[in-house]
Amino acid sequence: MAPEPPLLSMSGITKSFPGVRALDGVDLDVQAGEVHCLLGQNGAGKSTLIKVLSGAHQPDTGTIHWRGEPVTLRSPIAAMRLGIATIYQELDLVEHLSVAENVHLGHEPTAAGFVVRGKAAKASTAALLKRLGHPEIDPARLVGALSAAQQQIVSMARALSHDVRLIVMDEPSAALDPDEVDNLFRIVGDLTADGVAVVYISHRLEEIRRVGDRVTVLKDGRAVAGGLPAESTPTREVVALMTGRNVEYVFPDRPATQPQGTPVLEVQGLARDGEFEALDLSIQPGEIVGLAGLVGSGRSEILETIYGARKATAGQVRVDGRALRPGSVRAAVRAGLGLAPEERKAQALLMLESVTRNVSVSSMSRFSRAGWIDRGAELGAARAATRELSLRPDNPSVPIRTLSGGNQQKAVLARWLLRGCRVLLLDEPTRGVDVGARAELYAVIRRLADEGLAVLLVSSEVPEVLGLADRVLVLREGRVVHTAPARELDEHRVLDLVMEGSPAS
Amino acid sequence: MTQHASPPRDNTDKVPTVGQPPVWRGVFARADVRTLSLLGVLAVLILIGGITKPDEFLDTRNLQLVLTQASVIGVVTVGMTFVITSGGIDLSVGAIVALSSVWATTVATQEYGFAGILFTAVIVGVGCGLVNGLLIAYGGMVPFIATLAMLASARGLALQLTDGKTQIVTITSVLDLGERDAYVLGIPPLVMVFAVVTIIGWLILNRTTFGRRTVAVGGNAEAARLAGIDVRRQRLYLYLLSGLCCGIAAFLLIILAGSGQNTNGNLYELDAIAAAIIGGTLLSGGRGTITGSVLGVLIFTTITNIFALNNLQSDVQQIAKGAIIVAAVLVQRRTASTT
Repeated sequence: MAPEPPLLSMSGITKSFPGVRALDGVDLDVQAGEVHCLLGQNGAGKSTLIKVLSGAHQPDTGTIHWRGEPVTLRSPIAAMRLGIATIYQELDLVEHLSVAENVHLGHEPTAAGFVVRGKAAKASTAALLKRLGHPEIDPARLVGALSAAQQQIVSMARALSHDVRLIVMDEPSAALDPDEVDNLFRIVGDLTADGVAVVYISHRLEEIRRVGDRVTVLKDGRAVAGGLPAESTPTREVVALMTGRNVEYVFPDRPATQPQGTPVLEVQGLARDGEFEALDLSIQPGEIVGLAGLVGSGRSEILETIYGARKATAGQVRVDGRALRPGSVRAAVRAGLGLAPEERKAQALLMLESVTRNVSVSSMSRFSRAGWIDRGAELGAARAATRELSLRPDNPSVPIRTLSGGNQQKAVLARWLLRGCRVLLLDEPTRGVDVGARAELYAVIRRLADEGLAVLLVSSEVPEVLGLADRVLVLREGRVVHTAPARELDEHRVLDLVMEGSPAS
Repeated sequence: MTQHASPPRDNTDKVPTVGQPPVWRGVFARADVRTLSLLGVLAVLILIGGITKPDEFLDTRNLQLVLTQASVIGVVTVGMTFVITSGGIDLSVGAIVALSSVWATTVATQEYGFAGILFTAVIVGVGCGLVNGLLIAYGGMVPFIATLAMLASARGLALQLTDGKTQIVTITSVLDLGERDAYVLGIPPLVMVFAVVTIIGWLILNRTTFGRRTVAVGGNAEAARLAGIDVRRQRLYLYLLSGLCCGIAAFLLIILAGSGQNTNGNLYELDAIAAAIIGGTLLSGGRGTITGSVLGVLIFTTITNIFALNNLQSDVQQIAKGAIIVAAVLVQRRTASTT
């Protein structure tokens, strides 16, 4: 007797985006009635893989078999017709529509083909919510009025409103309380008992042990291990699979002596409700401090709050001993802070403008008299700043959009260099930067520190934080769980900390 | 950094002038394709006017009239260009012109003579701009909605002040500015005001920190904020500027019409937006051109004049205007995607 074919079988899936090979020949088998966990670091390819699975991305090569038959998932609708539903991390609900309308969006029960039968929609929604253990959610309420956890339930009800055979859950527990996580696992158990398969993505190893049957580990766009038993595989082995590295980055040498002296940046008890808890931190001139943590651990929020782009609910930020006015970017910039934000194009660059104007935008008063800009002086200063960082091409008059990611980042650094900033806040400084150009950027950052800047670095790439920073703060869910000099930590140790949160052992 | 020690690098400073092309090529290289195409359109229109009505169109008096008509809407368009460049919109310009012109020509105001009329027109314009700016910058209102509300209220107030009647100006020193005796070298004073506003507007947008901030806010408000620019204050100033331009335009209109009326400035908002857009200012913000806007105004005014001289009714004019807006934007999308 031939063995039952798996419910889903993806093999040799590749997917490239400009400059990145997101998936590089991934295989994934999912059996009916199992919980199959996907594990991997940020950028390992999990999101791309589930987007291929849900029909949102088309793979470049590779085949997908559904119940033994080859299929092409041309669109999310095609995937849904087969019975594949996806619950994304960012919930894709329409806030101004009711729960019932959201659940039936796109496949409303109708009379005569176009009249929506509201009552039928509400009744079936109520039944779905009851099955999910949340009968208290009123199908007539607007989704915008619900809590994040309730919205997730609605998302799940929407998936179940189709005849679903496989549900993809992308970090479903991220927004949930422990009680709600228990309910989620009960639902997952019910679904699999009915023969529905679940592809479960989470950063939390303990969850994967509790709910998962098998684990596939992704790294650098490849499945480095497929179908490991979720309960019995040791954590060490999983972490090793996630971190084993092909590319070795070259990091600049640290100075022989640690900087001594008065800290330039002091953060005391800084906190923001729901984002991160009381944080203490101080950085001396010449020092690079790294924040390591996963997405959602509050890293970017911390940087933006120090910078005044978000208003702290408690605590204060001092520069040279003087407290900054909270929630004021202008006060922070005047005091000598500079931010290279995570989303370079959306938060830092004026894409229609030249390099010069992008560099000079924070220091215009230096080249102007009574508002009148001395364009010669501006160009000269921008050229000096960009040359110091070896920005290519060596012509600051070109539009910034023609530059590579690494050179755009250098332009942002040049902006703060020109401003004469004393504390540089770097949020994912090498995101979207070619691997080859990273080493150069690392060298630039170290050189700026050697020249006396204090640098606070955030990166989701643990090796980057460990290689570049002098001192590392490990964050987990908005809390610092460990602080140590970078040379005393290794990647395994940091990943253990960010995922398990266990104190130093 | 203007002087650099190492000689090889000096070459890179002068990349555009290497080889020294003829002077005319330099001129064309500096003026962008968009400005040239607008000048081309204007030239074609003048040609059409000259061919269809050679005697009337090219007559000095007619050309003076065209430029005078362009002046009022032109001043409004300069202010509008700033607002649109910053990513905003000002739908209330026509209504502000109406309210300013009416308030400046009440019997009470006219008692204060020339200065009273000028001062009132400008102050009412700036005041309306202040309300717009505060609502948008600090009240968090969407520019479209805030200025739409101002459009309705300012027109209503203008009607209330006049009771629908035309307010005749009796101050001769004001009316004299519209007379031929006041022309300098054949140029009407209104046109000179327009020219001065244009030049100042160009300088502010292209040569000052205020202009840079305007472009930065329109190009990427979040990036501007994180770069340390006070985005809200800049927005406030921009609507004040637009209001100021409306006040000046209202004064020009008073000179031109010799009266103040609550129906003044009807649909100026659409004309000003259309002129700015065909001129090359991006409706989404981040790029603005005063030169383009002024050429846009001249193109529209010239069309109106040619159509009137050829006895074509205003319905045909409106259709032509609409067609030109569509054609201009389509052409711009083409050129934008190829460059």
